[in-house]
Amino acid sequence: MEIFRVKKDIPFMKYSKISAVISTATFIFAIFIIIIKGLNLGVDFTGGTMMEVSYPEAANIEKIRETLKETGLEDSQVQNFGTEEDVLIRLPIRENLSIAELSEKVSIALKSSDSSMEVKRVESVGSQVGDELYENGALAVLFVCIGIMLYLTMRFEWRFAIAAIVANMHDVIIILGFFAFFQWEFNLTVLAAVLAVLGYSVNESVVVFDRVRENFRKMRKAKVSDVINNAITRTMSRTIMTHLSTQTVVISMLIFGGEILHNFALALTIGILFGIYSSIMVGCPMAMWLGTNQTNLAIAKPESKKDNIEL
Amino acid sequence: MKPNNQNNQSPRWAYFLILTTILLSILFVMPNFYGESPAIQIMPIKSGEKIDTELLQSIEAALEKSEIENTGLILENFNIKVKFKTAEEQLKAKSLVQNALGDQYVVALNLISNSPNWLSDIGPLPMYLGLDLRGGVHFLMQVDLSKALEKTTASYLSEFRSKLRKEKVGYYDATKNKDIMQIKFKSKQDLKRGKNIIRDINNNFDFKEIFVNDEIILKVIVSAKTKKSITEFAIKQNLETLNNRVNELGVAEPLIQQQGLDRIVIQLPGVQDTAKAKEILGRTATLEMRMVNEENFNKDVFREGNEDQIPVNSEILPDRFGTGILVKKEVILTGERITNASPGVDGQTGQSIVSISLDGQGASIFKQVTRDNVGKRMALLLIEKNSTEIVTAPVIQAEIGGGRVQITGMRNAQEATDIALLLRAGSLAAPMEIIEERTVGPSMGKENISRGIKSTIWGFLAIIVMMAAYYMAFGVISVITLSVNLLFLVALLSAIQATLTLPGLAAIALTLGMAIDANVLINERIRDEIRNGNTPQASISNGYKMAWGTILDSNITTMIAGLALFMFGSGPIKGFAVVHVLGILTSMYSAIFVSRAIVNYIYGNRRKISKLSIGEIFKVDNN
Repeated sequence: MEIFRVKKDIPFMKYSKISAVISTATFIFAIFIIIIKGLNLGVDFTGGTMMEVSYPEAANIEKIRETLKETGLEDSQVQNFGTEEDVLIRLPIRENLSIAELSEKVSIALKSSDSSMEVKRVESVGSQVGDELYENGALAVLFVCIGIMLYLTMRFEWRFAIAAIVANMHDVIIILGFFAFFQWEFNLTVLAAVLAVLGYSVNESVVVFDRVRENFRKMRKAKVSDVINNAITRTMSRTIMTHLSTQTVVISMLIFGGEILHNFALALTIGILFGIYSSIMVGCPMAMWLGTNQTNLAIAKPESKKDNIEL
Repeated sequence: MKPNNQNNQSPRWAYFLILTTILLSILFVMPNFYGESPAIQIMPIKSGEKIDTELLQSIEAALEKSEIENTGLILENFNIKVKFKTAEEQLKAKSLVQNALGDQYVVALNLISNSPNWLSDIGPLPMYLGLDLRGGVHFLMQVDLSKALEKTTASYLSEFRSKLRKEKVGYYDATKNKDIMQIKFKSKQDLKRGKNIIRDINNNFDFKEIFVNDEIILKVIVSAKTKKSITEFAIKQNLETLNNRVNELGVAEPLIQQQGLDRIVIQLPGVQDTAKAKEILGRTATLEMRMVNEENFNKDVFREGNEDQIPVNSEILPDRFGTGILVKKEVILTGERITNASPGVDGQTGQSIVSISLDGQGASIFKQVTRDNVGKRMALLLIEKNSTEIVTAPVIQAEIGGGRVQITGMRNAQEATDIALLLRAGSLAAPMEIIEERTVGPSMGKENISRGIKSTIWGFLAIIVMMAAYYMAFGVISVITLSVNLLFLVALLSAIQATLTLPGLAAIALTLGMAIDANVLINERIRDEIRNGNTPQASISNGYKMAWGTILDSNITTMIAGLALFMFGSGPIKGFAVVHVLGILTSMYSAIFVSRAIVNYIYGNRRKISKLSIGEIFKVDNN
């Protein structure tokens, strides 16, 4: 069985101008959405309290709201979480009540109104911790970008490094755009997924770039765009198989992973799908336009050329 | 390297290494299959005290009497562990044993590995589950170090005062503002003497002399070095106190750790009564003994607008009924001098009391103060985070020696018990506040485990089907490699006892999905080589060789992301990162080394292979 029975190389680079317009448009649209709607940040970043409680039967949301209102917590958000029995309560930070006291107050109030209630999970984050987690998250993204660029500059050359990072950032912005558009909650676990996508999606670019470099050595007289087209076409089968495998696992996570892993898996799904697109239709044209060619790759890495001759 | 490049034979040591690592991994993975049993752990309150078979038998008898079935009693050096079949039996047994043994022992809930003895003797343990998988509480506490600094400054000031008085140095005012002390002397001569006395007490102060409006002032400033040592000491004492308190709570494997400069992380696995945990951990109760200012005791002072009549050396504090009492600021004794505290009942009045024992120095100070102040009142103050309350202010009847003191005025038995616990566990050198709380109920933990495992298993099965269908024999080899990878990863996690969280479980699943990439790259390269008309043996050899560079590059970039996650991440992110990074390492080892060895074992010794079972290969017309 072979999925891709392509006789000739697919002329991907012919469409690079159209794809550039599409990519730029989606990129700008995503940024626009992020600015307009903003991310629905979880308590990890904003500070505040999130409680998951569960009842043996379908929970009475109205009654819970009423109970909390009587306790003086009218600014709490109450909603079902995953199932009818599970309820998620969110409370903002309060000046006069410590986060430890707040969650206790809620659980006492709910327990006294319905003793079958069970607290499944509490996440309370003070404002200073939230700010720090936010800062550390941003630092991590920055660190990953710089690290990957340095490595790619070393192993390939700076044009590939920039192309890979642009493709990568494209994926990250699209993920954030989706989260902003649908107002899915963005918490620490989702941030972990975004950073995993950063590492994962750059994989894709590396595999294609590796082929491009190899082709430059073999196809000495070919046009740059032909070299790239051939590299993409030849790695196509691998691209599909790898992403299919990863996506299978992520789908399994979406189905069985429960609410906590749900947004994590969503972020990965978007990252994987757009990762394929961006490494082919963002990364490659980018490298081409930046002027990647036979000479600068050969100069950048003479010793790997020697390897090649040995074969 | 060059001549035997085409030779698809792995050296003997490679097979030996692979077999050894696989066997070792199986050994380390085994405890995970035996699972863990709910258990209780019995420890004496005073750490270090021995535990004997007699105690073991009494526990066994108590359990038998109530017909709670146990599945094993284990006597260790400092504790006894009893295993049960179900969590309900465990909970029942906990309260039963606690009642039977009394409050000299702590009974904590725990989980014990079910591994057979020979296995536990070698040492491997099951994976260490994080709080989100086993249930429990995580607190991050912020320590207010400026308060510790103020407190230490106050005690220095009180020491200076008594020393200056003893040496008959003329001073008329000694105050402090935060951590700067200010002493007003009668003459320059007095200032000079005073300065020397202070230097003798502690040489770590900076001095500043100010002469204005006929006033002779000495400012005593705590030096930066001293500040550092004060705050370090405060954190250390807080950690110790928290340790003591947690021990009294009865938690089997608590984690109490300093984080950064002024924070403390506490993790209490299995704790269900979070309210109690929070109260006991967060309380900053300290005891202070001070004299009531009887000389200046004047009811008028309490009227509004008369605050200026309060003498500088005193302040008004409320007692339990809300009435203000004028007490001196000078502290005679603090909770630090307490060696033991226990709740009790006063034989005559039937009131709840707390009896405390003082250490040698405390006892001698107390003896002297009571001798000098017979007939006067001494106030016992309980200081909590934002409030100071006079618990009781009895008249000193006679000199009290021996260092045993009874505190009356407790509201009820529960309060006496709590206060005794707090005094016994020691006071906090600096107040703390919980700034992050993550609680996971026990049922949630179990749910999370099954979710994570289900995601992994179903994802894995789907990959097996896909790979085998697409790459045939080579697909099966890839799947075997992937299974070995999973084995290595779980073994590694068990061996280094890295904390496994739900995102960590997700990372295991994701690692499997990503690890297959290396196999796919190799298989595609081999197909490429065959497509180009190479012999099967040469195709295998070249395929692995060509794929290697790509695999290395892509894994290193993924590794960079993983390391960043580990460095900057906290909580769930860190849990994800650990597994992710380890998964990259094991997948590189298994994809390149193990899969190559399997392929070589199957194909390497055959002289002639007409075809490789790697799925149908479509020939491309390149021209």
